[in-house]
This record gives sequence, structure tokens and C-alpha cells, in this order.
Amino acid sequence: MSFPKVLRGKAWKFGVNIDTDQIIPAKYAIYSLDEKELGKHAMEGVPGREGWASQVTPGDILVADSNFGCGSSREIAPVAIRGAGISLVIADSYARIFFRNAINMGYPILQSPQAAEAVAEGDELEVDLEEGIIRNFTKGDEYRCEAFPEFMNELLHMGGLVPWVRKRLEEQRRAAS
Amino acid sequence: MGMTMTEKILARGAGRESVKPGDLVLAKVDFAMGHDLTIPPAGRIMREQMGAEKIWDPDRVAVTQDHFQPAKDAASATLGRLTREFSHEMGIKWYFEVGQGGICHTVLPEHGLVLPGELVVGADSHSCTYGALNNFATGIGSTDLACVLALGELWFRVPETLKFVYHNRLKEWVEAKDLILYVIGQIGVDGARSKAMEHVGEALKHIDMEARLTITNMAIEAGAKNGILEFDEVTKKYLDGRAKRAYTPVTSDPDAVYEKVFEFDVEKVELGVAKPMSPDNYAPLSEVAGTRLDQVFIGSCTNSRITDLRRAAAVLEGRHVAPGLRLIITPSSHQVAIQAEKEGLIGTFLAAGAAWTTATCGACLGGHMGVLGDGEVCLSTTNRNFPGRMGHPKAQVYLSNPAVAAASAVTGVITHPSEVLKHLPAEVA
Repeated sequence: MSFPKVLRGKAWKFGVNIDTDQIIPAKYAIYSLDEKELGKHAMEGVPGREGWASQVTPGDILVADSNFGCGSSREIAPVAIRGAGISLVIADSYARIFFRNAINMGYPILQSPQAAEAVAEGDELEVDLEEGIIRNFTKGDEYRCEAFPEFMNELLHMGGLVPWVRKRLEEQRRAAS
Repeated sequence: MGMTMTEKILARGAGRESVKPGDLVLAKVDFAMGHDLTIPPAGRIMREQMGAEKIWDPDRVAVTQDHFQPAKDAASATLGRLTREFSHEMGIKWYFEVGQGGICHTVLPEHGLVLPGELVVGADSHSCTYGALNNFATGIGSTDLACVLALGELWFRVPETLKFVYHNRLKEWVEAKDLILYVIGQIGVDGARSKAMEHVGEALKHIDMEARLTITNMAIEAGAKNGILEFDEVTKKYLDGRAKRAYTPVTSDPDAVYEKVFEFDVEKVELGVAKPMSPDNYAPLSEVAGTRLDQVFIGSCTNSRITDLRRAAAVLEGRHVAPGLRLIITPSSHQVAIQAEKEGLIGTFLAAGAAWTTATCGACLGGHMGVLGDGEVCLSTTNRNFPGRMGHPKAQVYLSNPAVAAASAVTGVITHPSEVLKHLPAEVA
């Protein structure tokens, strides 16, 4: 999986402290190994967002306020959002395990308090991941994202923690033989 | 420059002299945990995607069957089977079968598997619980767990530390649960986001290990990476005859740097609850007393160890659950259930009209055995009350300590326990 440079999509807007049980209610954890099935129920626990996933066009962008993904450590939270067809998440800030899980999956996740405040639902966005710039075509605005530390950037570009571990295991095997 | 306990443990794990907040380190893990919801994806990622055939150290991994077990439906039975097969194929030493373990965060401390000075990770957000035993413990995802199982190491960002100093002593009826709900109410659900919460002060000397585990359990509810306590006589006594390995406690240096220091006079902390729909929605009990309830749940890794059940039983002894309300009591481990049986607590619960279940996470995460319906109101000794956590998104969940929960089950409305029982007997207080 190669890391995309520019993503374009329509914004879906969510509020503060959206926790993992709202992102994907725990009862769907029985589908832990099925991203598509999880995707059908993404954000279903957010009051007023029942049936949300069926309205998503693949490539859409989810924009949320602060502490997005707080609560449980279940990796099915970012998996469900990806499974729903969301290409990228932008938030004012993230809960740490959600943030880790997304980076480990090689799933683009950006922190931009500016965008979180200014973007409205339905805005057409373009995100340049290399430059860390979010362009809002609907409003004619531009927002900056927080830069990733070097190691996280490396993980994202490799496609997440899986290829990183593969590489390390290969090094260990070579050293042993 | 001095280091905090958290920094020292991460520095040792990373093989470095020192670390500072913001550093990204690759650190060796001393102990890892997964359960029936997180082992199946982690196992698959580790074997099929990462290409690892065995785990780094089968003696340093624990697996519990707790979230949806005993299986609540066919799909969760499959997750249970995958968890069981992976554990056996990998030779995991600390595998806890249904009916023999219970909730991971009670099982690991009671078996002496998570020890002072260690770096512990668990594929469950409440893994921060173990920090009461003077270790660095944090929740991770399934890909993280796959990495740890394959390599025995993981990347960490060294957190800033917030220090919480507790003065004086808690008043009668006020428990560690009330204290941590109060603290989270003060700082908010993101008040410690990605940071370490270091809890110190004389008040903790009078708080036993089980109650300390309640404090660190809820670090995640303030968004923290970990919660950690100092090593003292209480820690040592708890671990004597229990610890499965030799251990080396850590202390924070006198010149350690804290991002912020909070001071609390705990004598001023009132008996309280977290109101719907967030754990930081703290209110003194007086504000919500009289709220009508459909269900009371005493359970979870937060408040269903033996000392919790003793307090609940003292309140319920010789009394009965109010008409129209159901009380569900779920011990947090099999050992807790055995002890409760020995002490006659189960008889008290059954006579009071409570539903007594096997040890499982159960209703806490809306899994099974006590899921809430549309518009229902529940008082629960658990940790989290975000919308939908225990079932229907429009169910209302209040969080409290076990004595308040038991008293409220008797009256049918949120009630101060002193209205049901004048004083808690000294031996369970």
C-alpha cells in the first residue's frame, strides 16, 4: 500500500469527545475481523447519526473536534471508519490509543485545530499530505496541520507497523543465520 | 535533570540513561496482555501479515476470555475459539479459560503478573490499572499487540507527567472511586490526554491496593497514557507470596520535572457520581439523590473486587432490591467469586434478589448480561458512561461506588448508603 499524496473529498463534521463506543458500538466487536461489516456500522453510536455509513461516498473526509476516539483501545474504531470509505480523519486532537492505532495501520490522520473549527459539514476539501495543507474549496480557506514526528512519518510512509515489524524480523533472521 | 517514575521505566526499557517528555523510544516490554476481542486480530496480524511464527516470550504474556465470554452468540464463540487456539499454539503460559480467570485487569494483579518497575502493555484501554503496583502500564491496539508478541518491544512517546498530591483522609463512605471521579470532573476527559498521572500523598497510605487499582483504572477516563503510584508497604504486602518474578521498584527523583502539580484535600471530596453521558460529569450525590433507576450494576475491572463486594454485601445484608428494579452483580474474577462464596456474600446477594453472574466484563461495555434498553436509567460501578456504552444510545448511565450502588438498589432511587445502613462495619470500610 503506497501512501497517497493528495486526497479529495466531502467533509463530515463531528463534535468533541467522540468515544470509540460511539464510533463503533461494542456489540459489533464480534465483526473484529471484517472491516467491511464494521464499516457499515461506523459512527452509528453518535446520537442522530444512525445509518451514517450508508451516506458516505468513498473518499469522504471525517472532521472532528477535540479528543476524537477517546475510550477503548479497540482498533476496530479506526478500522470501521476506514471500512466506511473515509479516506482521512482530521481532528482538533486525538485520544492517544486511537491515534496510535491509526498510525500503526498506516491510515492518514491529521491534527488541525484550525480545520476542526472552520470546516462545516459538506465542505469540499483537498488535503496535501506531503505539505500538511488542507484546502477548503467551499469556503476558499486553507488550514495547516501539525507535523508528525520523524518516526511516525516513517511508519505512515511504510504503510504502518506491519511492514516495519516484517523488516525487523527479517533483520533478526539474517543475524541469526 | 531528575526523572519521574514513568520516565525511569521507559528509559530502562529503551536501554537509555535518560529520556524526556516528547522523546519517541523503542522499548522492551516486560509483560503483555490480550483478550477475546483483541487476540484474534493481533494473532492474525502477527502471523499472516507480519510473518512471525512464534511469540517473543510465552512466559510473559497473559490472555483472558472476558469481554464476550462465556460466548454471548455464535460470532463471539468464534472469537473465543480463535483466542483459545492462538494461546495454545503459541504456548502462552498465562492463559485463563472461561470459569478460571475473569476480567484481565483483576486477574493479572491477583496472580502477581504485573510488578513494580516493569513496562506493561495490554490490548485494552484499562490496562493502565496495573500502575497502582508501581509500574508503567498502558493500553494499546491490536497491531501494537501483534508487534509486541512478535518482537517484545514497541514504540512509545515519553509522556509529560501530571502529579496529583492527595492530603488528609477520605471521609466515611467516600471511596477511591469518588476521589477519581472527582479528579476527572476537575480536569476533564481529556485533562491528562497522552500524559502520565502520578498519584502521591498521605491519603493514599490509607487506601488499600484494591481501591488503588480503582484509581489507576480510570486514568484512561482522563485520557491519560498511564497512572502510577509509589511503592510502599501496601504494595509490598499485596505482592508478598503473589509476585511471580523478582522486581525492582522505582521512585521519582526529587528534582523530577512535572508539567503540572495538582493538590487535593481529600477530606473535602464528597460522595459523588458521574452523571450521563461522560465520566467527567461529576456531581455530589446530594445533587442526584432521588433519581429513579431501572438497573443497578455492580461489576467491572473498576469496582468488583472482593473488597467492593464486601461493602455491597454489608449494605444489602437482610434487605431486598426495590420492586421494578433489577440488580446485577458480576464479580471481576473467578478468585473473587470463590472468596465471595467462602464469606457468604453470594447468599446475601441472592437473598436480596440480585442476579449473580459469572466473572466477565458483561454489561460494562454493553456486551451481555445487563445491556440497557432505550431510555433506561442505570447506576453502575463501572468506568465509562459515554452514549451507548452499556447498550442503547439513549440509556442514561450514572457511575458510582459499590456502596452507593447497593443502597440505591434497595430504595430504587439514587441514595446515600447511610440512609440504608448507619455505618459501614469497620472490617469492610
